[in-house]
Amino acid sequence: MPDQYVLEMRGITKRYGNNAVLRDVSLRVRPGEIHALLGENGAGKSTLMNLLFGMPVIHSTGGFEGEVLLDGQPTHISSPMKAMELGIGMVHQEFMLIPGFTVTENIKLNREITRPNLVSRLLGGELETLDTKAMRQDAQAALDSVGMRLDPDAKVAGLPVGYMQFIEIAREIDKKGVRLLVFDEPTAVLTESEAEQLIQVMRSIARQNIAVIFITHRLDEVMQAADTVTVLRDGSLVGEKPIRQTSVADMAAMMIGRGSGALAGRQARAACEGAPALSLTDFHVEMPGEEVKGISLEVCQGEILGIGGLAGQGKIGLPNGVMGLYPAFGQATLFGEPLPLNNAAQALRRGLAFVSEDRRGVGLLMDQSIEDNIAFTAMQVKGDFLGSTLGMRFQDRKAIRAFAQEMISRLDIRCTSPAQSVGTLSGGNQQKVCVARALALDPKLLFVSEPTRGIDIGAKQIVLESLARLNREEGLTIVMVSSELNELRSICDRIAIITEGKVADILLPGSPDVDFGLAMSGLSAREEAQA
Amino acid sequence: MADKQRNLGEALSRHMKDYIVTYVFLVMSVAFVWISGRGLTDIFSQLMGRLSRNLFIVLSLIIPIVAGMGINFAITIGAMAAQVGLLLAINWELTGVLGLLVAAGITVPLGALFGFLIGGLLNKMKGQETIGSLILGYFANGAYQLLFLFIFGKLIPLSNRVTIIGATGVANTLNLTGQTGLYMVLDNLWMITFSQAVYGVSIAIALLAALLYALKKLPLVRLFRLVGMAAVASALYALPPIHRILSTIRVPAAIFVVVGLLCLFNVSIMRTKLGQRFRAVGQNRAVANASGINVNRVRVIAIMISTVFAGWGQLIFVQSLGTLQTYSAHEMVGLYAGAAILVGGASIDRATNSQAIIGCLLFHLLFVVSQDAGVRLFGDPAIGEYFRVFISYGVIAVALVMHTWRTNVNRKKQSSLAA
Repeated sequence: MPDQYVLEMRGITKRYGNNAVLRDVSLRVRPGEIHALLGENGAGKSTLMNLLFGMPVIHSTGGFEGEVLLDGQPTHISSPMKAMELGIGMVHQEFMLIPGFTVTENIKLNREITRPNLVSRLLGGELETLDTKAMRQDAQAALDSVGMRLDPDAKVAGLPVGYMQFIEIAREIDKKGVRLLVFDEPTAVLTESEAEQLIQVMRSIARQNIAVIFITHRLDEVMQAADTVTVLRDGSLVGEKPIRQTSVADMAAMMIGRGSGALAGRQARAACEGAPALSLTDFHVEMPGEEVKGISLEVCQGEILGIGGLAGQGKIGLPNGVMGLYPAFGQATLFGEPLPLNNAAQALRRGLAFVSEDRRGVGLLMDQSIEDNIAFTAMQVKGDFLGSTLGMRFQDRKAIRAFAQEMISRLDIRCTSPAQSVGTLSGGNQQKVCVARALALDPKLLFVSEPTRGIDIGAKQIVLESLARLNREEGLTIVMVSSELNELRSICDRIAIITEGKVADILLPGSPDVDFGLAMSGLSAREEAQA
Repeated sequence: MADKQRNLGEALSRHMKDYIVTYVFLVMSVAFVWISGRGLTDIFSQLMGRLSRNLFIVLSLIIPIVAGMGINFAITIGAMAAQVGLLLAINWELTGVLGLLVAAGITVPLGALFGFLIGGLLNKMKGQETIGSLILGYFANGAYQLLFLFIFGKLIPLSNRVTIIGATGVANTLNLTGQTGLYMVLDNLWMITFSQAVYGVSIAIALLAALLYALKKLPLVRLFRLVGMAAVASALYALPPIHRILSTIRVPAAIFVVVGLLCLFNVSIMRTKLGQRFRAVGQNRAVANASGINVNRVRVIAIMISTVFAGWGQLIFVQSLGTLQTYSAHEMVGLYAGAAILVGGASIDRATNSQAIIGCLLFHLLFVVSQDAGVRLFGDPAIGEYFRVFISYGVIAVALVMHTWRTNVNRKKQSSLAA
């Protein structure tokens, strides 16, 4: 049977330079089925979809190996326009809608129905008049088919966020000859009842023999909606299973799965012994793309607390909010005293320090020397390293040099001298300079965000070891944010998983993989056990 | 009931926020009219002249604004294209309507070419189009001077009608009056009295409304409203005090017909596929791109249209003025037109015909009276001129600041909605 699958991707390998982001991945989708595509960030889901849509980023980086078959025919998808013509549609995660346009105008965008007029006969089709009546009828039909009771003449700008997803779907359905629809994290912004409705809509689309690829990290929705699931991990195919033969726990383990020899789950400490170093209550941060929506969390004195979770869920927002770099509200108490929010200078003076995830942006002055970079913040914030001559304050070069020397040996920064410029160091050593600068503030609590991003494996280990040593030998409390679960599990005492701007669960490094997988999909293992 | 009141209050406060500049101008204009102590007939007849000269250029700004490219200050370059056309028409000794048509004809390919180049460049600086086009205008001024001082006359021979014997390049003032025969060509084509204009337009509106109603394209309510408005306007005009002030004013009807056609063009293009693309690109480039619209191409088209129209506008301006200051006539075109449309309540990202017209009216009313107001207040007519430049830049600066401020507010609102 040649057309058993509407889409078949066979043996797909994609390299960016020497780095393979997809290794021999296959995906098979039957007509009329809902096929869930699961995987952590960086598992290769978006690369696979970019490939399916013929995105320029794929072709400009040397194409890919493997075959794409549509209805059994080998197909070359050269551009997004080609994908559209072949009947592949996408419902985007960020809404691809124009707020100032009406629902109709959005649904028919660039596919307007037109009538020729006097001028257009002379100067070409672009000047044909819009046939608003016919457009409205089409839009109404498409809206009906997704079960939306909505005025097609309403402006999108005033509509609830949840509606927009449905307008997008209506637009895809309105396209002629759609046979495959990709939903990219469609339920992320929907309320529960809207998500319910969305799943209904997906089912009714599938009944029209259109195949649906459903990308999500909510495992319960996969169980509820999908027929088949394909799981990717680190660019490789973990497996493809019919939903009937799997479970939430099974899928969670497939997603995370790093050796099944995990220790039996102990209950994480809910509260600290003694007073907490930092406690947050109903803490919100407005950091675009990393919003924190009401976190309550305690950081114990002397521990390394890991903050994990998928990208865009708010884990990066947490340290940025506490440090006053992005607008935050809620309550924060630092060593028993309330911490004023939205005030970076105060945060630093109270003994907080932050090694930012954005080393090049806000972290380091690349043209300056190592010692100046280390001393800079302490000089600005606390007035350290400043001597007084004739009533004017000058840098105390000697003290700066001495402190830099000490840090270089303590953190093992590989350099020729403290005067070497930071831009010439390797990524790992730059990261150590960031840590040294934070330490120059003599902090009581250190935030470290994505400390190993963009540095090579050997250097990663050294950065992690120096953090662990600071904690062990000097009793420094550290909050470490990282996308790499393995890193967190290697040095943290406890790991909080942030999902959708909230703490999904607090786990121990030895907790089973399943629990981490569940937490990342917004479920707590304990709740699951009770259910 | 209370809800309704609050909605009304909110709508009113939003209206005030959007049109604050317009109202400030209105108040200032009225005050200056009163201070200047000039006769109203005098003021209005000057205003009529200025409106007919400037409206077309101001209207040429609308399409790029809708396409999200801000205020196209590079219409200066369109004006330069028109001046090249005019120079050639004079050089070839073409007079009257023919001369004007030839100049307008030359403006089209030149303006389109320049617009194509400007559009390409602005595509490379998305988000900074307003400032980019302003600087481009200055830059082009250099190239223009090279062309008129050196290339014309030396490389391309010109007759002595446009050069000065013994000097290099094109003469710095070209006279359109007398035997050149281009002065007020369009103005004089169809000059009518104000009375004829008011009654004529009223009757035309009433007849058109009746016709549309007969064709079932207009609901009865709208028919009554339109006919009523026409009748009230005529009746108001017939009141002796108003009639006395306005009846001697003469109206260059041909120019207003041309301006009306441009307004009609601006409205009807938005009802085509191309217009829908302008709007889509203007509101969100990423979405437009994702739906398969060639964003860069649409933006280039918008600038090309605007540049050609601005050129035609400059022709109308110059023929009505009677002299062409060869090296400076184009310099302030972008600045004054941009300021005028902003005064009408337009912003960097939205503009309509009526905003352009109201803005042009208020902006030039202020200029007409500011000199005399300057004399009355400070005993110095130059104050009025300073004031005009000060106001132009001021209005543009305010518009840029307001735009940034509004975008920030919107962004905040969005992020709080998402939270």
